[in-house]
Amino acid sequence: MWTWFYKLASPPHVFRVAAAFVPWLLGLAALALGYGLIDGLAIAPLDYQQGDAFRMIYVHVPSALLSLTIYTVMAAASAVALIWRIKVGHAVAAASAPIGASFTLAALVTGSLWGRPMWGTYWAWDPRLTSELILLFLYVGVMSLRSAFEDPARGDRAAALLAVVGVVNVPIVHFSVVWWNSLHQGATVVRLGAPKMPGSMLWPLLAMWLGFMLFYGAVLCMRLQGELLNRERQALWVREAIKS
Amino acid sequence: MNTAVDGLRIEHVHVWRGERHVLKGVSLAVHPRELLHISGPNGTGKTTLLRVASGLLRPEQGTVTWMGRSITSSSSQYQAVMAYSSHEPALKSDLTALENLRFAVGLKRRVTLQELRTVLDCTGVGPIADLPTRVLSAGQRRRVALARVLAMRATLWLLDEPYSNLDASGTELLSGLLQAHVEGGGVALVVAHHALALDCNVRRLELNS
Amino acid sequence: MTVGGWEAFLLIVRRELVLSFRRPEQLLQPLVFFLIVTTLFPLGLSLQLSLLRDISPGVLWTAALLSSLLSLDALFKSDADDGTLEQLSLSGQSLTLIVVAKTCAHWLVSGAALVVVSPIVATALGIPVAAFATMMLSLALGTVTLSWLGAIGAGLTIGLRRGNVLLSLIVLPLATPLLIFGAAATERAISGSSAVGAMYFLASVCVFTCTLAPLAATAALRITLE
Repeated sequence: MWTWFYKLASPPHVFRVAAAFVPWLLGLAALALGYGLIDGLAIAPLDYQQGDAFRMIYVHVPSALLSLTIYTVMAAASAVALIWRIKVGHAVAAASAPIGASFTLAALVTGSLWGRPMWGTYWAWDPRLTSELILLFLYVGVMSLRSAFEDPARGDRAAALLAVVGVVNVPIVHFSVVWWNSLHQGATVVRLGAPKMPGSMLWPLLAMWLGFMLFYGAVLCMRLQGELLNRERQALWVREAIKS
Repeated sequence: MNTAVDGLRIEHVHVWRGERHVLKGVSLAVHPRELLHISGPNGTGKTTLLRVASGLLRPEQGTVTWMGRSITSSSSQYQAVMAYSSHEPALKSDLTALENLRFAVGLKRRVTLQELRTVLDCTGVGPIADLPTRVLSAGQRRRVALARVLAMRATLWLLDEPYSNLDASGTELLSGLLQAHVEGGGVALVVAHHALALDCNVRRLELNS
Repeated sequence: MTVGGWEAFLLIVRRELVLSFRRPEQLLQPLVFFLIVTTLFPLGLSLQLSLLRDISPGVLWTAALLSSLLSLDALFKSDADDGTLEQLSLSGQSLTLIVVAKTCAHWLVSGAALVVVSPIVATALGIPVAAFATMMLSLALGTVTLSWLGAIGAGLTIGLRRGNVLLSLIVLPLATPLLIFGAAATERAISGSSAVGAMYFLASVCVFTCTLAPLAATAALRITLE
């Protein structure tokens, strides 16, 4: 019964599964993103307080959620790879890291662009933005550590350990940043987000979030194929796969 | 004497260093009162093999057992009876020879400073035991490393190129110590480029690429 | 007759202390750095102590973090370079014990020294004497936590080119809670209000780190040693 699970440790099997998933994930992502963007950007009503600017939420919030989700996925894959010595886990972590970093950067940029009409400046030490910034540093640390090793296997293991250590710290960092922000609260309420979400605003947001997740899945599968080919390039199955 | 569980046994060990398949299914067995002389051209994995035997390197495939027990499952017991000497003398340059021994051997068994001084005398570095090792010559440092192996009172000696930097008297000394160790029931694996002129039971393992 | 854990711990701490005091200039360098960095702020900003006092908790803590980072690189580097780290890992003692002993010794000569020197720096920044106790306690907790985070980072970056830069890159994001809680505690102490809340958070982060970091640091060392 669990054979499908054990097969996930086998690089050629994962390669084939990933290849099969890509078109489906891309298609579904396009649908979800399409609906979300059209509904969110064009159709959903204006927020009475923020006007059109609040529409940034449809990109900013899903990006931020994705950045955290991907870090968790990366850490989970790393933990699996470290504990059970399953190399596919390292491939998943290595493939996910740049995607997660990109989403973090997207969250920061959209947050900054949203901030301009909201607070009049491109940057403010909002708790979420600050947490995202630190998360970006954590991503960069993991990626730099992996590439700093000459032996790629060691680099994978070191980066994996760092990812696991980081994921434990992310809640602590976020909590401390929120606490710090509450201490230094200025007159303006520095919060990016609409406190109450009527249905017409919520549905596009959920659709965007789902679309981003599917998009991540698709890109992960594509990158994973590349990672597996690279890592296993000595193996027989790779030569077969390239020929076909 | 049940030779099947005596001594060190390495079976079908494979090690990759990055892309290179350094050890391809190497197997060996060394019993008490035996010395294994490992030789071969550079880059054939002699040091890697010794590191696998010491437990520093975990092979991707294969097992290493000592007295029938896997060295990974009982690592602290294994380390208590094993002494590993690497290609580098592995000494702290700011500590004296005596201090180096004290902090190294003292983690394995309780030793008195007097006992350590005696051992250092044995290997010919007694007079300089209180100098920081950074002022010692390469040969003298090698003798201090040898004293460390001796002081650990280990059953299994894993020595990587122990003859390097030793002069004629040092070479004679080391050969004498190896002989005494093996004849006294110990096991030794020695990586050396030259032939060993020893009276005891010496077997050879030649590694090639 | 094998050597017990406590005996081995003390022997390793003693080894580290002997080694550290043989190179006293290496002990003093981070402290001097601490003093220099703190001096930069008045030079760059303002002479008035009353203005400095406002930013002093942040300045103090940032300087403390940066100076601690300088000495963290050396935690395993010397032993890794001359091969004695391998010998330690083969000594029959558990690698975790070795890591704990080395980190404790490291804190004694770096973090503890920082705490002792902090009143000097605090005076230069205009922090009132009444706040010293809280400040020093918070620095003690913070530097202990930082030594542990640094042990993980140092274990991961042994032998890498520009390892110390990578070490800072890894450790600093993880150390932001320390900065936040520590600076807040010091600020509260300066303004006379209760710093208990911040201190509790700082202490809990410290305890949490001290519990889990040894395992992570040992794992990091194993990855590097293999």
